[in-house]
Amino acid sequence: MSAFPSIVAEQFDDIEQQHDAAKLGMWIFLATEVLFFGGLFLAYAVYRFLYPAAFAAASRHTEVILGGANTAVLLFSSTLMALAVRASQLGRRAHLFWLLIATALLGILFMGIKGLEYHKDFVDHLVPGASFHWGEANAHAAEMFFWLYFAMTGLHAIHVTIGIFLLLSLALLTRRGQFENGNYMTIEVAGLYWHFVDIVWVFLFPLLYLAGHR
Amino acid sequence: MEKIHPPKFYWKNCAWLMALLAFTWGLGYVDFGFFNLVVALFISFAKMLLIVLFFMHIKGSSRLLHLAAFAGLLWLFLMLALTFADYASR
Repeated sequence: MSAFPSIVAEQFDDIEQQHDAAKLGMWIFLATEVLFFGGLFLAYAVYRFLYPAAFAAASRHTEVILGGANTAVLLFSSTLMALAVRASQLGRRAHLFWLLIATALLGILFMGIKGLEYHKDFVDHLVPGASFHWGEANAHAAEMFFWLYFAMTGLHAIHVTIGIFLLLSLALLTRRGQFENGNYMTIEVAGLYWHFVDIVWVFLFPLLYLAGHR
Repeated sequence: MEKIHPPKFYWKNCAWLMALLAFTWGLGYVDFGFFNLVVALFISFAKMLLIVLFFMHIKGSSRLLHLAAFAGLLWLFLMLALTFADYASR
């Protein structure tokens, strides 16, 4: 500890305790995020329970290829993020920089694919509201599915966007030598956030895209 | 200092996650009725465990972190269970 006194804040005994506090803080935040998304998952569960046939039919109109590809993109980005944390533990600055950039780029790719998907939904009149058009039975329940689809993927997309800015900022700070001498906790904590956003999508994919078999 | 894993450790986890994704995706094209949902959620849960245990390093971290991670899930479960105690019994 005495070798790097500057990275341990005054209120902590040592770097170990400071790391534990940072991680605990992030996990508590993630628990509140579980409940934040949880409200939408609950609404989805209730409406799917009430209108199973309409939800299955509406789900068949989502773009399963794009949604599945996006799942792979996020899982891959999570792997790179885990490797970024490893690079920061080992103090490999250049490695860390490029892994953070690559993770952010995959996040941007995810948002691009999502945008393409939203465009298709818009053209197909699947966006709830005045322009919503449904040729099959249970139009109101189908519209409710798409309300939830846009609310859930939208809230998730906001999280991904925040994550991209976070990763790019960290890449910039890495360049400036901010995370040297075992000071990698910021990277690890940002990684926890990124993995959480990935987990949310892991549940969104089967619920929204595969509710009705094709 | 925490344990530092070799890159292979993370790539292996990535391979498992991709395999599970392929499985869920394939599941979308067959009809098992209600079991589609059950199996799909089971696979998502498995993926979540792989990410939480190995990418987020919950395996090998303190009991306090285990508790914090578990608390979020527990409250989500309570919220779903209590709501469905109402809806499913009407």
